[in-house]
Amino acid sequence: MNFDFSDDQKALREQASRFLRDRCPPKAVRRILEGGDVFDRDLWKGVVEMGWTATAIPEEYGGLGLGYLELCVIAEELGRAVAPIPFASSVYLATEAILLAGSEEQKQKYLPRLAAGEIIGTFANAEGANAPSPRTIKTTFKAGKIDGTKTPVADGLAADFAVVLVRTGDSGERALSLAIVDLTGAGVTRTALKTVDPTRGQAEIAFAGAPAELLGAQGEGWALTGQIFDRAAIMLAFEQVGGSDACLAMAKDYALGRYAFGRQIASYQAIKHKLADMYVNTEIARSNAYYGAWALSTNAPELAEAAAGARISAIAAYDYASKENIQTHGGMGFTWELDCQLFFRRAKNDALSIGPARVWKEKLVTQLERKNAA
Amino acid sequence: MDFNDTPEEAAFRAEARAWLEANAPKDQSVPATEAEALKRAKAWQAKRAGAGFAKITWPKEFGGRAGTPIQQVIYNQEEGKFNVPGGFFDIGLGMCIPTLMTYGKPEDLKRYVGPALRGEEIWCQLFSEPSAGSDVAGLRTKAEKDGDDWVINGQKVWTSGAHYSDFGILLTRTNPDVPKHKGLTMFYIDMKAPGVTVKPIKQINGGANFNEVFFNDLRIPDSQRLGAVGDGWKVALTTLMHERLAVGGGAGARGPDAREILELARATELEDGPAIRNAAVREKIADIYVRTQGLKYTTYRTMTALSRGQQPGPEASIGKIVSAPKLQEVSGYGMDLQGEAGVLMTGEGSEFQQSYMWAPGLRIAGGTDEILKNIIAERVLGLPGDIRVDKDLPFKDAPKGR
Repeated sequence: MNFDFSDDQKALREQASRFLRDRCPPKAVRRILEGGDVFDRDLWKGVVEMGWTATAIPEEYGGLGLGYLELCVIAEELGRAVAPIPFASSVYLATEAILLAGSEEQKQKYLPRLAAGEIIGTFANAEGANAPSPRTIKTTFKAGKIDGTKTPVADGLAADFAVVLVRTGDSGERALSLAIVDLTGAGVTRTALKTVDPTRGQAEIAFAGAPAELLGAQGEGWALTGQIFDRAAIMLAFEQVGGSDACLAMAKDYALGRYAFGRQIASYQAIKHKLADMYVNTEIARSNAYYGAWALSTNAPELAEAAAGARISAIAAYDYASKENIQTHGGMGFTWELDCQLFFRRAKNDALSIGPARVWKEKLVTQLERKNAA
Repeated sequence: MDFNDTPEEAAFRAEARAWLEANAPKDQSVPATEAEALKRAKAWQAKRAGAGFAKITWPKEFGGRAGTPIQQVIYNQEEGKFNVPGGFFDIGLGMCIPTLMTYGKPEDLKRYVGPALRGEEIWCQLFSEPSAGSDVAGLRTKAEKDGDDWVINGQKVWTSGAHYSDFGILLTRTNPDVPKHKGLTMFYIDMKAPGVTVKPIKQINGGANFNEVFFNDLRIPDSQRLGAVGDGWKVALTTLMHERLAVGGGAGARGPDAREILELARATELEDGPAIRNAAVREKIADIYVRTQGLKYTTYRTMTALSRGQQPGPEASIGKIVSAPKLQEVSGYGMDLQGEAGVLMTGEGSEFQQSYMWAPGLRIAGGTDEILKNIIAERVLGLPGDIRVDKDLPFKDAPKGR
């Protein structure tokens, strides 16, 4: 049994942790929260210099050719630091989309520049509150041009290009395709949106005849989106586990230092049991995320099931930890001044990006039925 | 990352597998009585001990094979595939005998370890009392010195297997004039001795897995003392540490799980079609499944540490606090799916009802949910212990209920 990260991977996590403690303290996150910029450009530059954007890209496309296990340990630390950069959009989604579905020419064109951090990518899926599906997607791709509006698009202002889920057919699962579009080119209008987590910016993107090309075969868009989201879900789960862990550390620290009725609040069972629950949830989520990391790194047939399990459990752990961290802090936890809000905002942001828990629970049970029938 | 054995582990697994294939009992019938189950379990235990598989990590002089913890886990996994008889020796070999090994005299070990390992003699643990459960140090069973002997009077409760046990380790109060933890002393006793009376306790599920044990002027020699007079709490902590490993290891909650709910949902019709097509049912299955899998992969992490020759991390302590409430939830949900027929205790699918009636006990046995959370909070997270208002009071003056 070898169900843990290697010493090298743990050293990489330690290095990532040191780097982020230095370059991404809460002060840096708050600068973006308070409207200082769309994302933290200095941090992004540093992350690129560390080679993190190149981690899982093969060497032939200018990457480091490391594996997904390396990317997972970095993700955990980015989550712990609530890093205000478009890493998830560009690395877990756009890069993965091109690795998975790109033609040789598209890989040559995009991957070296993604690895070098010269361009930032994102994935444009949602069109308002209706659940994206072959029934609801309205944005069209015809004769090399996209028309329609995607909203919200994570890192829509930061990104240079987007992979867009578009309609190319009338109905059914094969009605959708993926297309790549240059967001800095003609026919693209981007508007910043006010969101619960300004440290991960969102935009509305209106396409009016924006030039684009297909990514993957026509009619494969819905299936590809599922596969890309499965892969992203696992890395995002590590970010969520890192965030949950940070909430627990913060709550513990506060509870040890705060006195009420003549004793540390950490000595009351109401607080102790809350923190024990945070710990248990986080470890369950971590173990599920590990299984996801294994499935991702070996491209196992269990990948879809593992991704759903990792995501459902990570959403639950971070949701609980971020809320109960505020509760443990009492009134102070509700102030703008304290950093509880950073995790509270990010937990909800992460829980909704690439689809809420409900969608992943449905995905999981579909996988279980399939396995059971086989 | 992988789930493979090392070459040494694979060799050991093959050896265990081959031995089990050749030796595991072929009789798979359900024993009609407890006496019959005990007879079969004793025969299997003797065979297992003879082959050195009964306690793999124990030293060879005690009948073990001086193996590693990961070998014990591997053996357990392989044996788990064979439905062998058991359940009678876990407390004795998991808690009592290890305590004896730490505090007993060489002649005690010579006399008792072998017969216990071979299943010839069974041991029980006599700690809990009517007024001392989670706070076991509040116990009142008295041991009074009389010449070279001790005379024991009082009552224990929740003693698993006392009715078929030959020996037991017994925690007593020897000094009520000092604070509660300081006035305790541990002994081992012969359960068949005059002055020991065992009465089964009928549980809410109708079974009787536990007993009350009464002591009326039980007389034992001082040579049956384990540890110094007044050091009983320290000795008990050794036993309880082994209990956490045995009961808290996560294997405690046998019963229906996500797979059984999934099967039930496929087989059961709701108003608008099969339950498995209902979105609320599907969400519930997913919720249960991820907790089951999370625990399974946590066990893999523990095994990985053992395989690497390391101490398992603190995550190894979360097993029962997840599995016991989950069993209660799963069994209750299975009954909900069956609708009005969910009340039936017999017939197809009645494992949900059986577990539903057993689950409340599992949330209490071997450390309540609340005590387990205290343990995680204090030992894993480093939070302060509870304020103990009786800490410095002589036991006789400490506040007591009924």
